[in-house]
Amino acid sequence: MSGPDSMTDLALPTAASAERTAAPAVAHRPRRSLAYLQAAPLALVFLVFLVIPLVLTGIVSLWEYNEYEIIPALTLQNYVDVFDGCLSADLCTTLRTYLSTVKFVALTLAITLPLGFAIAYFLAFHIRSGTVRMGLFLLCTIPFWTSNVIRMISWIPLLGRNGLINDTLRALGLIRQPIDGLLYSDFAVVLAFVHLDTVFMIVPIFNSLARIDRRLIEAARDGGASGAQILWNVILPLAKPGIAIGTIFVTTLVMGDFVTVGVMGGQQIASVGKVIQVQMAYLQFPAAAANAMVLLAAVLLMILGLTRMIDLRREL
Amino acid sequence: MDVELIGLTKRYGAAIAVDGIDLKVPSGAYCCLLGPSGCGKTTTLRMIGGHERASAGDVVIGPKAVGDAPPVERGTAMMFQSYALFPHLDARDNVAFSLKMRGIGKAERRAKAMAMLDLVQMSHLAGRLPAQLSGGQQQRVALARALVTGPKVLLLDEPLSALDPFLRVRMRVELKRIQTELGLTFIHVTHSQEEAMALSDLVVVMNAGRIEQAADPRTVFERPATAFVARFIGGHNVIRLPEGLVAVRADRMRLGAEAGPAALPARVVAVEYQGTSVHVGLDAEGLERAPESPAALTAILSDADFAVRPLCLGETIPVGWDASAAHRLDA
Repeated sequence: MSGPDSMTDLALPTAASAERTAAPAVAHRPRRSLAYLQAAPLALVFLVFLVIPLVLTGIVSLWEYNEYEIIPALTLQNYVDVFDGCLSADLCTTLRTYLSTVKFVALTLAITLPLGFAIAYFLAFHIRSGTVRMGLFLLCTIPFWTSNVIRMISWIPLLGRNGLINDTLRALGLIRQPIDGLLYSDFAVVLAFVHLDTVFMIVPIFNSLARIDRRLIEAARDGGASGAQILWNVILPLAKPGIAIGTIFVTTLVMGDFVTVGVMGGQQIASVGKVIQVQMAYLQFPAAAANAMVLLAAVLLMILGLTRMIDLRREL
Repeated sequence: MDVELIGLTKRYGAAIAVDGIDLKVPSGAYCCLLGPSGCGKTTTLRMIGGHERASAGDVVIGPKAVGDAPPVERGTAMMFQSYALFPHLDARDNVAFSLKMRGIGKAERRAKAMAMLDLVQMSHLAGRLPAQLSGGQQQRVALARALVTGPKVLLLDEPLSALDPFLRVRMRVELKRIQTELGLTFIHVTHSQEEAMALSDLVVVMNAGRIEQAADPRTVFERPATAFVARFIGGHNVIRLPEGLVAVRADRMRLGAEAGPAALPARVVAVEYQGTSVHVGLDAEGLERAPESPAALTAILSDADFAVRPLCLGETIPVGWDASAAHRLDA
């Protein structure tokens, strides 16, 4: 970002501006190496726990395997297996699985995005007191106060065939037969995703909203903008980075999930994560690795598409 | 359009920010609301602009009291402190914003915005984002944005305070030029008496939510109404005499032989060379010294006079003033 210093039409004394540009040039080198040094610990952590495992996964995905051993020999067979039959007329398993997972991503986003935005907006613009805001934020994290397994199981007495909701509806005389689709269905999976992932939408959007200068809203009102116009022309554009980051969070969480889809779908709904998990359970590590690499590529492509729409680097 | 405030009051709970002020700003005047921070000048401006609800009293713009009408219906536009430009829009779209809100088509509003940017000499940078503009340039864009809808009254909230001194003087001239050219009523909030003096037809000196004096700059300087005005406007000595407070302009103080019969012996406690003049700080027996000022009295001598009779720290010299230079104060 070019600062005011680089502007030329100011009536600034030339000596002063010359001094300003000269000073950083001298101090540049040591400061730069210091910056690298400061970034080194985190870079090291990423290298050991992210880059190296990924590279290893990539290598294993190119190995051969049979029922009882893994053979370190280069082959693309695992990738061929992943896309086996995809060129034929009806969809292959992999594509169908991806479509199902992408459907969950789309449904979850369609709900968490407006919901998260609304909650973040409320927290940022309507809550004045910092303590109350902190308390409400804590409320948003309640889904994380228990383990994932307990969280999943807790849905069963609520949504099950003879669960709380079905019983209540029957007692009220609204339905005769219990609704089967509440549990072990797409509905249940999306419900669980929304329950878990909305907070990942709230936090980045709140962060963006909190940084909006309140005077901008006054300036918009001064210019004659109505509430809806302010939202559409000022707040939403400025919340874009938060929306993008939240979308990335939710997308990656849903794409990689296998527990939620498994439990809430009654082990009947396919998901990419589930495929990988099953292959790992059968010790087909190279196949699982190949699937994982394809999933990684798919997620990266989605994020790339998103950053094409919103220049995160510039917005942050 | 002329602006009139009638008993305008703003209360925040028990605290009173603006205490029932009455003011009439004639159409086409450049009015400065001047005062220290917390005196209620910005709150007053925001009430005129419809950004703050008055607790009591009325704002009358042109023929009618505006009540709680939103800014657009008042015919006012506000230029915000630190400009409040939309960071995601370039200079042209910032200026065109309020036209867009009115549903004016893209081509027309862009043409109008460019014309406004021309007026403030910014059309060559129309495609830049606010972050790519310097403070002075942002200020020009903010001015164009405020003017584009053709307001009758322009409200400026400390528009020059974020600029460096050179630029401040340049923009001051520019503001005055545009105000004269367009013939608009400008109401400008500032804490700088120099700015108020330089710009305004009407200076409104405020203190603790009240108006201390509202008059043209010359009257305010020649005949400050209160001790507060005399002190705030600067260049005055406020002296307590047995018959009451008087203000004497610092450049009308007489030292040495000219001091006259009523002169007091005073000790020189500060000498500041200012180029065209020299400011001499003096302490004298029986004169109180305001806590924030370095001396009880200040005398401003021309550099030539000082050269003829230089003074050193610690020297004692008679000090007095012409009776005609003493101006009685109300409080």
